[in-house]
Amino acid sequence: MSLVRDLTNGIYRENPVFKLALGMCPFLAVTTSVENAIGMGAAATFVLICSNFLVSLFRNLIPSKVRIPCYIVIIATFVTLVDMVMNAYLPDLHRSLGIFIPLIVVNCIILGRAEGFANRHPVLNSLADAVGMGVGFTLAMIILASFRELLGNGTWLNINVLGPSYQNQPLLIAILAPGAFILLGFILGFFNILEKRRGGGGQ
Amino acid sequence: MTPATLLSTLLSAPETGSSSFDLGRMMAIIIAAIFVNNFVLSRFLGICPFLGVSKQLDSAIGMGAAVIFVMTLATLGSWTVYNLLLVPMELTYLRTIAFILIIASLVQLVEMILQKFSPTLYQALGIFLPLITTNCAILGVAVLNIDEKYNLGYSLVNAIAAGIGFTLALVLMAGLRQKLELADVPPALKGKPVAFLVAGVMSIAFLGFAGLGG
Repeated sequence: MSLVRDLTNGIYRENPVFKLALGMCPFLAVTTSVENAIGMGAAATFVLICSNFLVSLFRNLIPSKVRIPCYIVIIATFVTLVDMVMNAYLPDLHRSLGIFIPLIVVNCIILGRAEGFANRHPVLNSLADAVGMGVGFTLAMIILASFRELLGNGTWLNINVLGPSYQNQPLLIAILAPGAFILLGFILGFFNILEKRRGGGGQ
Repeated sequence: MTPATLLSTLLSAPETGSSSFDLGRMMAIIIAAIFVNNFVLSRFLGICPFLGVSKQLDSAIGMGAAVIFVMTLATLGSWTVYNLLLVPMELTYLRTIAFILIIASLVQLVEMILQKFSPTLYQALGIFLPLITTNCAILGVAVLNIDEKYNLGYSLVNAIAAGIGFTLALVLMAGLRQKLELADVPPALKGKPVAFLVAGVMSIAFLGFAGLGG
């Protein structure tokens, strides 16, 4: 029962991006296309699952004074792994994500879950939490990337949706840097309204 | 290795072609790092402190100073370790781990030194230093310098300019947010959403620098 709760926690109730505002840098930077968003989400989820697993497994062995450096080394190991695998098998994706692959190391979601959840919960719960948080992060990126790719390029996952007449004069700003900030601002505002509605209905 | 040859390796190592400083190139790097590819508003590095520490002007300036300081030191450390240790030993795949360890230990060291020798500065920067370890702008500039194959001189210039760009964005944002406190914002957009909208408008302004300095 609590496993299901841990799993779904990260997807909506404590969504890392929309609710906790963690992992903003890769979130804003790689959401220029849905393809990049899925790639980044998969990479971060993999690292999150592996690091949560190891941190939880060794939670009684790591002295609490040096725990943060230990977590960072664990995370960095898996990031290096992802970096190498992606470079070998998905070179195009690797190129378009660029600097943000090594930067998964400093993604606050991963260190935050290691410190905030995995170091005091059993292995299974930590795995469930990692999957939930990873999926929540990926879904959030797909939402923003969908808006940006659709408005800025007229496509969704490289499938032409809005037709060539739109693509001749797309809303280019959506795919440039300001579009990420502005669209995220509106999405967060939308979530605020949703929250208020929900709170109002319950009372 | 004699000091002279060491110096020439430092200044030319990864760069093919031009071996020493080129003032025009340096200016281009500085303008690009501060305005065109501003770390926060165009590269999306360091968003967390940008949102977290931009509520007051004083703390924004303190954070900016701490970031410039650590960024320069981290670049010095990471560039040296990468080009003089990892490349000759063919261990370049350890880059990410090495860099994050360098940054983490550097931040710790700076914190200890400041606490011992300059308590006033420590009080000003102290609370920001631990946050800096997980600031992706620091690791970002270290990785970018390697990817761009800058020599040590260009790397340091790039790091300082990137830090100045970060501080500029942070200070501008803090000034705007202080005004925003008194503004009549729609209730749904209060807090973070309106901060992102303001950042977006600032980012549009910085788009105007595109093309400057190539």
